[in-house]
Amino acid sequence: MREIKAADVSAAVARMCVSANTKLPDDVRRKFEEGLKNETTEAGKEIFRQLLENADLAFETKLPLCQDCGLAIFYVELGEDARVEGGVNAAITAGMVAGYKDGFLRKSSCDPMTRKNTGDNTPAIIHIDLVPGDRLKISYMAKGGGSENMSRVTMLAPSQGWEGIKKFVVQRVAEAGPNPCPPVILGIGIGGTFEYAPKIAKKALLRKLDDTHPDPKIAAMEAELLAEVNKLGIGPMGLGGSYTCLAVKIAMAPCHIASLPLAVNVQCHSARHEEVEF
Amino acid sequence: MAKYSLNTPLTDADIEKLRAGDVVLLSGIIYSGRDAAHKKLTDLLDAGKPLPFDLKGASIYYVGPSPAPPGRPIGAAGPTTSYRMDAYAPRLISLGLKASIGKGKRNDEVKKAMRDHKAVYFGATGGAGALLSKCITASKIIAFDELGPEAVREMTVKDFPLLVINDAFGGELYAKPNLPE
Repeated sequence: MREIKAADVSAAVARMCVSANTKLPDDVRRKFEEGLKNETTEAGKEIFRQLLENADLAFETKLPLCQDCGLAIFYVELGEDARVEGGVNAAITAGMVAGYKDGFLRKSSCDPMTRKNTGDNTPAIIHIDLVPGDRLKISYMAKGGGSENMSRVTMLAPSQGWEGIKKFVVQRVAEAGPNPCPPVILGIGIGGTFEYAPKIAKKALLRKLDDTHPDPKIAAMEAELLAEVNKLGIGPMGLGGSYTCLAVKIAMAPCHIASLPLAVNVQCHSARHEEVEF
Repeated sequence: MAKYSLNTPLTDADIEKLRAGDVVLLSGIIYSGRDAAHKKLTDLLDAGKPLPFDLKGASIYYVGPSPAPPGRPIGAAGPTTSYRMDAYAPRLISLGLKASIGKGKRNDEVKKAMRDHKAVYFGATGGAGALLSKCITASKIIAFDELGPEAVREMTVKDFPLLVINDAFGGELYAKPNLPE
């Protein structure tokens, strides 16, 4: 059994929270640069120009890219032959709390009924998968409330199939309009169950924007959905244009013979995530 | 589309010249307020108590800034999504609020209140919180400190860059999605 020091995990998580909130990922920046060049509307181009300036300023000043530093989401792959002293949950939580405090990140977690802020952004939302081996991989995502509010889960009938999926996704983005800070990124979970579809939909948002799904059939589905959504013309911040969505990432899982679960996790353009491996 | 530099408090004359799509550089005092603060402002009105700031001519910015690091007046401070304040906005507009600042769509009640009482809705660029913070030169909490990021702040802004999304005449800037019927 490999022992991983809790302090090392906490320190890496704290660093990751600060870094992800202040440095725009390179793949997202490349999409902004592409948008600045190719967007069809002047208003849309102006938004990309501002977002690139914002990214430069955040990197220089260490101010967060966005004041909504999100709930802290972690996808963890923990080897069955590895352990973190004191527990991996506690180590990640301690690191998240330290990162949000020391990095002057906003704490956005509150009681659902009293609306009282928990004060330290706890609880971290932690999904742990046990995997073979003795590695530990922690992926962190800062997930803002504005885009999360525009996300939906639905249980389609199997007869609705691909056409039903496309219709639901396009409708969702149309109804969301300017609200989730377009251009958005869509994490789509197809299959699984009522709770599993959104879990894999969100995890799909950890992929690079410019990667290609290894399964050519799914890659083609992603391309088709991206094209359909971008026909909406919503554009950057809803001001009109061809860049409503930067990328569609699909995750699929087998489902019950009675069901076709579908989750659409909407991510804003400020797609902040990083990962660390031990 | 025109470009204006305006100072707060805003007047009816300021509002009447604005049309959807106009660019406004706003300077002066604005107040931050989002979900929980709006609930508390409404509770104060229900109880017949004074609000922490004068609504007449006021501009409310839907923002929950990140904490100010040492040496800065405020942290990142971009807009939050406005529809969540739709439940409260018409009443505030009827009492003199001239502008709200946020991102995303407003409902028909808010648009009607803006027409009836001469008010506008400004959009600021979402996800540009670091950039927008440069235009905020001072900030202090004036109410509901316990709400943390949701506390009401009096902010001094200089040439804060805004777009008129909804004007006082029914005009709207947002693109309608091209949906097949």
